[in-house]
Amino acid sequence: MSVITAPAAAPTELPVSRLESLLRARELGIALAILLVFGLTTLNNHAFARVASIQQLLIGAALIALLGVGETLVIVTRNVDLSVGSIVGLSAYIVGDLFKYHHNMPVVLGFVVAIAVGAAIGAINGFVTTVARVPSLVVTLAMLYVVRGVDGLIVNGKTIDPGSIPKAFTAVGYRTLFGIPWLAIIVAVVVATAGYAMRSFRSSRDLYGIGSNPDAAVLAGIPAGRRVFTAFLISGSLAGLAGALFLALHAQIDVSGGTGYELAVVAAVVVGGVAIFGGSGTVLGAALGAVLLNTINQALVASRISAFWNGAIAGGLLLAAIAFDRWLSLRVARSLQSAEGAHRDL
Amino acid sequence: MTSDLPTMTPVKHSHSVVENGNGAPWRALLRWESALVVVLIGALVFGSSESPNFLNPTNFFYIGMNMGEVAIMALPLTLVIMTGEIDLSVASMLGLSGTVMGYLFSNGWSIWLAMAAALVVGVLGGALNGVLVAKVGLPSIAVTIGTLALFRGIAEILLAPRTVTGFPSSLTTIGVVPIQGTQIAYSAAIFLGLAVVAGIVLHATPLGRALVAIGLQPEAAQFSGIRVNRIKIWLFVLSGVVCAFAGILLTLKNASVSYDAGTGLELNVVAIVLFGGVSIFGGRGTVIGVVLAVAIVGALQQALTQMNVQPEVQNIVIGVLLLISVVIPNGGEAIRRIRDRARRHA
Amino acid sequence: MARVDDGTSVKGFTFGWGYEVTDQRSAPPVLVLDHATKRFGAVRALEDGSITLYPSEAHALLGENGAGKSTLVKILAGVYGADSGELLIGGEPVTFNGPAASRAAGVSIIYQEPTLFPDLSVAENIFMGRQPLGVGRRIDRAAMNRAATEIFARLGVQLDPARVARGLSVADQQIVEIAKALSFNAQVLVMDEPTAALTTVEVGRLFEVIRTLRAQGAAVLFITHRIEEAFASCQRVTIMRDGSFVRTAPIEEVTVEDIIRSMVGRDLDALFPKTPAAPGEVVLDVEHLCRDGVFYDISFQVRRGEIVALAGLVGAGRTEVARAVFGIDRRTSGTVRVRGEELPNGKPLAAMNAGVALVPEDRRQQGLVMEMSIDQNVALASLGRLRRFGLIRRSRERELATTWATRLQLRFSRMGNTVLTLSGGNQQKVVLGKWLARNPSLLIIDEPTRGIDVGTKAEVHRLLDSLVVDGLAVLMISSELLEVLGMADRVIVLREGRIAADLTRAEADEDSIMRAATGQSPVAAA
Repeated sequence: MSVITAPAAAPTELPVSRLESLLRARELGIALAILLVFGLTTLNNHAFARVASIQQLLIGAALIALLGVGETLVIVTRNVDLSVGSIVGLSAYIVGDLFKYHHNMPVVLGFVVAIAVGAAIGAINGFVTTVARVPSLVVTLAMLYVVRGVDGLIVNGKTIDPGSIPKAFTAVGYRTLFGIPWLAIIVAVVVATAGYAMRSFRSSRDLYGIGSNPDAAVLAGIPAGRRVFTAFLISGSLAGLAGALFLALHAQIDVSGGTGYELAVVAAVVVGGVAIFGGSGTVLGAALGAVLLNTINQALVASRISAFWNGAIAGGLLLAAIAFDRWLSLRVARSLQSAEGAHRDL
Repeated sequence: MTSDLPTMTPVKHSHSVVENGNGAPWRALLRWESALVVVLIGALVFGSSESPNFLNPTNFFYIGMNMGEVAIMALPLTLVIMTGEIDLSVASMLGLSGTVMGYLFSNGWSIWLAMAAALVVGVLGGALNGVLVAKVGLPSIAVTIGTLALFRGIAEILLAPRTVTGFPSSLTTIGVVPIQGTQIAYSAAIFLGLAVVAGIVLHATPLGRALVAIGLQPEAAQFSGIRVNRIKIWLFVLSGVVCAFAGILLTLKNASVSYDAGTGLELNVVAIVLFGGVSIFGGRGTVIGVVLAVAIVGALQQALTQMNVQPEVQNIVIGVLLLISVVIPNGGEAIRRIRDRARRHA
Repeated sequence: MARVDDGTSVKGFTFGWGYEVTDQRSAPPVLVLDHATKRFGAVRALEDGSITLYPSEAHALLGENGAGKSTLVKILAGVYGADSGELLIGGEPVTFNGPAASRAAGVSIIYQEPTLFPDLSVAENIFMGRQPLGVGRRIDRAAMNRAATEIFARLGVQLDPARVARGLSVADQQIVEIAKALSFNAQVLVMDEPTAALTTVEVGRLFEVIRTLRAQGAAVLFITHRIEEAFASCQRVTIMRDGSFVRTAPIEEVTVEDIIRSMVGRDLDALFPKTPAAPGEVVLDVEHLCRDGVFYDISFQVRRGEIVALAGLVGAGRTEVARAVFGIDRRTSGTVRVRGEELPNGKPLAAMNAGVALVPEDRRQQGLVMEMSIDQNVALASLGRLRRFGLIRRSRERELATTWATRLQLRFSRMGNTVLTLSGGNQQKVVLGKWLARNPSLLIIDEPTRGIDVGTKAEVHRLLDSLVVDGLAVLMISSELLEVLGMADRVIVLREGRIAADLTRAEADEDSIMRAATGQSPVAAA
């Protein structure tokens, strides 16, 4: 017979949790992949490593990375937002239109309007998904088309050209700070903030809970409807912001702005380690996924492989990523099961 | 917890309890379809109010001609969705098969061999989807988003930025003239024929019953000896072949093809299937409903076109239809839930 | 005083921090449920639910399936509101308007299936929604992990709080659930059939955890239908039958027979009608069946006209053997022969065509398509036979269903209703009808009477008996010792994936089976 004489003293150093190390491995892996692609391409074409080229890499990835933040929040809850691309197009055009007819409008207001447009659509997405309990796939797919349609109505064949946009606004698109483009900095700030929030606030952890086990979330008293609604609201708002940045970057917009972005975002997010069934993944991973995909695209151009390969690569990578994730989760599950569970103090 | 009571299982389907074709339950079954009939009549009335010749047989020919390919693709998608999966790559396969046909034809292949090759591409693409979903066990929404990009990407690599023309006129006229002596488009006739087959298979054969069982309760289906994986793989292959066939039809009808043929059509196809009363969760729906949905969407699009409404606005209509078709069944549930919650906190 | 228990559970320990746990019968009860009733439409789920829980005491709630235990628990959990009766916590009458209220009052339920978040860490699972906050309202992970470790220490277990919940065994998940309850300062812990999925060692550990909880003043309500566990871990027992309270007594004042009689209310023989077997030719011949990591070297035979039971604790591999025989899972090696013909690996359809039927363990997910109608479910495995020109003949489908509904005395209102509307017992009859409609030569039935009321139970047993007399070969998996002893002609006991014993009806008794199932020699009760 053994006797426990005192409660076990809490060990001062806890073993590194498997969860954390796995996550870090994924992000590290993507970062390594980025460097690898970068390195190989530079060998082939030295111009790839020039400052201007790197700036282009960052700028090219920026918008998708920004969309990736919002998409991560949504996918973590076991939903999906396919309307982001059309939100970008719509908000970009609306802001452009505003500048065209109100040339003296303050730049900040442009951003505010863009975010508001995105937030409105995100709110609709969130409302229909949570209150009417419609699968988000269907809601956002429908919204994709409705928004495109509304955009088409408003645009009506016109374009906004660079002349209409105030210089202060487009400055955001090309100015740099110590060589780093403002665009990249803005996105990086958003990513960092979101990443911090996702890790550190109770309400963000609720998002992970909802995606990990919706039934347990209900039992635990998590206000799932409110949380998911907020996720869509943020996703929409960030898409609106991305629209403003799109306008700043390209200084022109027609009806096709933002088309096809949703696919790139989902691919980036999944490659970045966010599980398509929710419950896990980080915004940092999503952002890195965007950078990786864009780096590959640019690398193809720099290696003089036709840009027409972009779509196939994105699709192929997405498939590879989900297959790899499945293989990984099976392996992890097996190792976790054989790993040490609870044991008695003896 | 064990209990002798009829326990409350979370029922995913918010339609009232529907049994597929057993005496009294026909009533519940046809509630949605009857509503569709009413909507169809409404659409026809709307169309004829705006344009005096709307109800002419010639007009029906045009509707059939315009809707043919989308309608044909909706049939295998209905079966796929019945089993609880989804195939978002349908329009990309349509584009890819047309591209392959055009590419080979422009390189000197005989038109018949080119068409055969396009069908083979359909088989391969469908098999890829099927194997990844059924054998590897990946979620079909993620897989088919990936193949959506992959197929489109391959088409882009093959053909962009060219457009292939010069198809034999004997074949290209078939798509644009009605069947001799009638005002029925060939593609419409093919659709109706396939619809009859699909309807019989789904509603009256053991295979159809198996599909419903897989959609409602895949594990129980497996335990009853139904070969779930094998059926799913074949369904995706079927979808691939039929979409490839639709791609051939579209190419011949347009007498030309470029890599982006059919971009964005997947929404129309999904919208029609869901609007036709097929539940996104699987296990519920009828082919009749899908046929009615095809007719409604066709009539509406034709009416709007004749009113000179832009395609973008037509997209809005489709998006809204899609939303309605999923919100209404859930709407009653949602209202009930809100009432319950209010009562509980009173 | 330290108790030495029989072979199924642990040797006595002194526990906690060195004090003994004595019954606190002198202390006022922490929870009293008095004559609670609950109806659902015409169904009377609870006629008289009464129970009194004292601090530092483990109280067993025993009853057959359908006795009303789950309804009583749901009332305590705040999921249902009682139609009448009173609930007193700490002497004060309370009504719960939801699970949150129940938890706030200090009542925590540990459900049979733990609901954890697989992607989150153990500590976060415990503190979900209440994670300790640090500077700037951010979650203080270190504090959270420390708090979790502390709770585990209080329970006397060690588990890495930072590890992700995915991959934890059911037993470990239960520990996390118990930790969660403690983090809510639960005064009353209700454990609903907690040992259903545990191995012997894990059951032992659970009993120790219960002892530790008692030492800290908590009251534990232990719901089970396994009498031996009540004796191993509890100080008081309450028995329910047919929705009503029957009796309550300190554990030392009752015997197993008393309890059975109270639970069942009738003679044991009527429950298990058994015609002596006259076994014929070999129908199922399993040789050296093996599935890596699950079971090894399983060989046995089942003959016409006999019932062979696969007994053993949960986790021993019984259901897995059945699944491999039927072909749902692929075997690693070994052969399965039905009436001399070898079955291909992993093809249920081949097994079905050879005359094998499997009534699975999980009725709702595996046995039935809940949203299909009664006749559609009955016909689901026979669609090929009901065809003409490739089309299903609805009339024959209806006929088939009606035939079997009559034969099995199915109680239903309309054939076109979904099986959701049926009681557990009638649902099981539909599953049986589905398989018997194929006229199988071998029926594998996994937990034939789980979740079924006593009356229907007896019907199912009678049915099995008559089928066997008519020449059916039956392979039965059951966790109910009484069922195994009452029905089986031979008992094969599995332990941790291997055959531990192959007993004839004469050789099989509670002792021999449990000994083989646990691998321990029993110690005479002190």
